[in-house]
Amino acid sequence: MWFEELLIAIKHYLVLQMPGSLQPVGSAFLSCLPIMTSFGGLFALATLLERKMLGRIQNRYGPNRVGPGGLLQPVADGIKMLTKEDIVPKNADHLIHFLAPLGLLVSAMLGLSVIPFGHRLIALDIETGILFFFAVGAASELAIFMAGWGSRNKYALLGALRAIAQMISYEIPLILSALSVLMVVGSLSLSDVVQAQSGGIHTWHIFTPWGFLGCILFLISTLAEINRSPFDIPEAESELIAGHMTEYSGFKYALFFMAEGVAMFAMCALTATLFLGGYHAPFPILSFIPGPVWLFGKLTSLVLLFIWIRGTMPRLRADQLMEFAWKFMLPMSVVNLIAAGIWVALDGGVAAWISSGLLNFVAYFGWSRILSQASRFSPRTYRYAEEAGVSE
Amino acid sequence: MTPSPGRPTEAMPQFEMHATGVEGATEGTERMEVSMGPHHPSTHGVFRMDVELEGETITKLKPVFGYLHRNHEKIAESTSYLGSMPYTDRLDYFNSMTNNWAYALSVEKLAGIEVPERAEYIRVITAELTRLQNHVSLIGFLVQDMGALGTPLMYAFRERERILDLFESLSGARMMCNYMRFGGCRCDVSADWIKQAQSVVEAFPQFLDEFEALISENEVLMARSQHVGILKPELAIDAGVAGPVLRATGVNYDLRKVDGYGIYDRFQFRVPLGDHGDVYDRYMIRVLEMRESVKILQQALAEIPNGDYVNPKAKLRGFRPPPGEAYGRIEAPKGELGFYLISDGSPKPYRYRVRPPSLINLTILEDMCLGQTIADAVIILGSIDIVLGEVDR
Repeated sequence: MWFEELLIAIKHYLVLQMPGSLQPVGSAFLSCLPIMTSFGGLFALATLLERKMLGRIQNRYGPNRVGPGGLLQPVADGIKMLTKEDIVPKNADHLIHFLAPLGLLVSAMLGLSVIPFGHRLIALDIETGILFFFAVGAASELAIFMAGWGSRNKYALLGALRAIAQMISYEIPLILSALSVLMVVGSLSLSDVVQAQSGGIHTWHIFTPWGFLGCILFLISTLAEINRSPFDIPEAESELIAGHMTEYSGFKYALFFMAEGVAMFAMCALTATLFLGGYHAPFPILSFIPGPVWLFGKLTSLVLLFIWIRGTMPRLRADQLMEFAWKFMLPMSVVNLIAAGIWVALDGGVAAWISSGLLNFVAYFGWSRILSQASRFSPRTYRYAEEAGVSE
Repeated sequence: MTPSPGRPTEAMPQFEMHATGVEGATEGTERMEVSMGPHHPSTHGVFRMDVELEGETITKLKPVFGYLHRNHEKIAESTSYLGSMPYTDRLDYFNSMTNNWAYALSVEKLAGIEVPERAEYIRVITAELTRLQNHVSLIGFLVQDMGALGTPLMYAFRERERILDLFESLSGARMMCNYMRFGGCRCDVSADWIKQAQSVVEAFPQFLDEFEALISENEVLMARSQHVGILKPELAIDAGVAGPVLRATGVNYDLRKVDGYGIYDRFQFRVPLGDHGDVYDRYMIRVLEMRESVKILQQALAEIPNGDYVNPKAKLRGFRPPPGEAYGRIEAPKGELGFYLISDGSPKPYRYRVRPPSLINLTILEDMCLGQTIADAVIILGSIDIVLGEVDR
């Protein structure tokens, strides 16, 4: 806790140096500054990490020309993006075209403001933190549609339409699976959610029946929310060039890219907060390591998981994606909510473990069995032509 | 959305959204025309599909090609027979060996040239290696089109690279081999090369196992490709489709068995057939064909006899086949590749015509795509396996 206290003491000292009228603004600025800088830097490193990891997965080196081992590649990319010509299509709606990337980045950044990075280390400690998070997250849908509509390009429009359908569909299981945590904790404040998992790894929500399923559902919905492979249909390269980003170039394109990265970090941070104990160490003995380190560690491992998935999975089709959301994700998250309700009613303990675990287990395997029997897709065996029966 | 006025109109037709009144359109909605290509990440070259969409469902699709037309046939009619040989490399630039062979075969038919035993074996070996590298890169591209970001493609290209290395050490070029000659091959294979080829071939099934374990029974891949782009066998036969696309519909037609050209009747191999004719079948048929190709290669590499690599009596300079006509065809990796030649006794062919499998397999694109979504169209096109150098010639 010393690290958090130190940061807070520094902030208080700096705020007290300001004239009285500036202090509220200065305080807010000092809360935002670390978030914006650290996530900006993390984004740069994550692009490099992603390219390196994808390279290793794909049996190649990845960027290794700029700086030692390619470490300066993000800088080179940044310079390239900044110096590129910013092209706006002649018939585009200039204002909307301009505002879309900003809106996306702002909504992604705002979500980070309610994430507790350490003890008392939270930019905006409001009672309804998670509500705020989802509310500003929903604004990203608007921004993507603005990009698609404002570009006046058919691929962009198709991509934006896909994005809207996908993000709205997956928002429901996303919120429902987060709801299970809120039900058990009994608070909408993310500080309370983290505090409920302070006792070490066994108190983390992922190690409960409802938390486990909830976490998986949450992660899958997250992939869809942030348009990452295998749910990257809005910007499916092989189909729609770049979806809503088709008509963007230069720094606006970089902003889109950055917004996606920051949104990914925000969602991963929320996952870590809700299910993986937030900034708490897995064992109390390790709590001398500062909270932010733990949170960033958990966040980075989730990002690595996403990169791994991206390197291995093909992409679903838009209608199949919807089917998955409504036929599987939604029923499962409702069942998970009931399981969390049982847990609350029985107040934890062995009976709660068994009953909610059984409910989730039966529901998951039963429902997937029913779905897979109804499915038309299965591995096939192939026949060979007989030697004699050659026909023309 | 109103039609955009500022697009260039002369070179490229203008694509506008049609107002209501298109037959079948729901009241108040509009169909959207999208021009996919010629610069599109997944049209595999400069190829365009003019697609009319209802939502994301395709109601009309018009393939537009010819962007890469370069007068191949006319140029071949104004040069010597041998002069066209390197030019055939550029038809289907993935498979120069089989292009060479098909052309050499038809000239040999025209002039009645015998091919020595060893040359036949070399031809089979290079052709089957070509088939391996074509199919392996095709399934890599296909899975890439389905959105598997690069990984399967890079694995596939790693294997393809080994085969291209073999071609390079044999002919001096990785892709534009220009290796066959009338009556044989340009140069002999060394014992070392055969050993190298053997080690590549022996390692290949392991790669196939790995690749199949990675992706073949992946839920997403099956969901994307099964029951998508179904081709009925009747239509396939009517349209003259050949190759893996035809065999995926269940029609047993493999020229290596039907024609038995070269010395294919000496080798033990089977012809895999599909039952559904969808994209997944086309994918799996190619995987299975690669396993059969490996068998042919193992036999051919073990049995290759000593002898001439080219018929010493075959004349290269001042080559004048007697007047007549000939059609030589082989089972190229993409389908039936044929060369039709008419000779008037001069050093140049009077008529030179290519039957390109890519083009003829492409004619059924709209039939397969109607009613499917735009995402399916991309993988259906990918599963046909076209090379624009051969479509446009």
